Amino acid sequence: MSPLGPLRPGSLRPFGQAPRSNHDGTPPRALIVALVLACASLMLLDRGTESVVDPARSVVGDVVGPAQAGVAGAIRPIVELPGFFRSREQLRAELASLEAENAGLRTEVRSSGYRRNKLLELEGLTSTAESLGYALVPARVVGLGSSQSFTHTVTIDAGSAAGLAPDMTVINNDGLVGRILRVTRTSATVLTLIDSDSTVGGRIGESMELGFLQGRGMIGGSARLDLELLDQKLVPAKGDTVVSWGSLDDDGNASGPYTAGVPIGQVVSVYASLRESTQRAVIDPFVDFTELDLVGVVVASGTRSDRAVVEADGSLR
Amino acid sequence: MRALFSTSTARVAIVSLAVVVALVLQTTVFPHLAWRGVVPDLVLLVVVAAGLVRGSQFAMVTGFSAGVLLDLAPPADHVAGRWALALLLVGYVAGRVRRDVLPSVGTVLATVAACSFLGSSVFLLSGLILQDTAASVPALLQVVVAAVLWDVVLAAFVVPPVTRALDRLEPESLLR
Repeated sequence: MSPLGPLRPGSLRPFGQAPRSNHDGTPPRALIVALVLACASLMLLDRGTESVVDPARSVVGDVVGPAQAGVAGAIRPIVELPGFFRSREQLRAELASLEAENAGLRTEVRSSGYRRNKLLELEGLTSTAESLGYALVPARVVGLGSSQSFTHTVTIDAGSAAGLAPDMTVINNDGLVGRILRVTRTSATVLTLIDSDSTVGGRIGESMELGFLQGRGMIGGSARLDLELLDQKLVPAKGDTVVSWGSLDDDGNASGPYTAGVPIGQVVSVYASLRESTQRAVIDPFVDFTELDLVGVVVASGTRSDRAVVEADGSLR
Repeated sequence: MRALFSTSTARVAIVSLAVVVALVLQTTVFPHLAWRGVVPDLVLLVVVAAGLVRGSQFAMVTGFSAGVLLDLAPPADHVAGRWALALLLVGYVAGRVRRDVLPSVGTVLATVAACSFLGSSVFLLSGLILQDTAASVPALLQVVVAAVLWDVVLAAFVVPPVTRALDRLEPESLLR
């Protein structure tokens, strides 16, 4: 009889030796508590805007970013493959519709001498806009956040070495994509318009009316933005185009996160909220957020970059 | 003793490699195949596989480390520690399933489905508690269900290789 009471045969161990970890891998309670506490403290540390976790983020980003860029580059030919196999019928239909569109546009140009004259007047303004210097740093989207994370962010393969900084505007051929949240040396994280955290100042192109665009957090066919207008008397029409509102500082450079005048989307429906006494419009964004690839980041003209920069006049530098 | 040391090192190396590869594939390749942006949680599948072979303790540490990596790697933009907590619990649950016999296909799929639901839900709930997620609950549930389906489908390709690689390093089988 042991002084410590009866011992079960399985629990016999030499005196002074620590209990061995049991064989089926059940964790000791201390480990569970330690790991859960570690998670909780990480969450606490990461609250707020200037978090202490950000340096760790940028270190991980510097390692994972290039890996993502490598893999994305390797699979790009495969991703682009379906385009080559599009059927002839589809191409023919596309050609027909393009021809019709072309004819329509030609008629419009012929019939609108007045508008053409107006445009000539505006050309001065256009060249001023060019001299404001919206230069673009080209970049490729190499990583996309999953919907399971309930955020819509993407990684691009350009970082601070390419002259990028947080809050810069990201656009592509179709329109506004989003803004840069944070950069590492070689990669940057972009918050897209459709994220539910994203709010963009927008202006209806036809009426110059101002409002705020809020993402809905949905991607794909149901990707929509909600536009809340500041002036409730004005009702936007279906089909109106919304461009970014933006802001300029005293030197005429883009100061806010979003550059002015970038197309965002089209009004698809309008409804009035009587209780909040505001007009709300639903916007279909021009950019297809499931097919993001080549994007441009708006930088000041003459920015130092590790790659060719597209200048405002269309030249490569 | 020396053999045991090198086995555990090799095991850690294999799991780390699997987690990193899963993370990169999850953010680069699978978004092209995604349904409404929902991609399979490859990292979660690696943690489940680790739990099925090595038990809770190993899987919890794996889940925690993989979760922290997932929280910090671009393009993540949520409060860090949320995936760490979710995958920690996934590791614990997957590890409890382990018996001394090899789990059957049905068990593996059921574990994957349960763990995927658990992981996504814990991540979602932590976001609601921390006010980090602003979306309607029905839309979120749709995403969770789609993620479970994806994970069950992809389990067939992820779980067997990882379990086999880890199983081969069992010290018992080396001694024999």
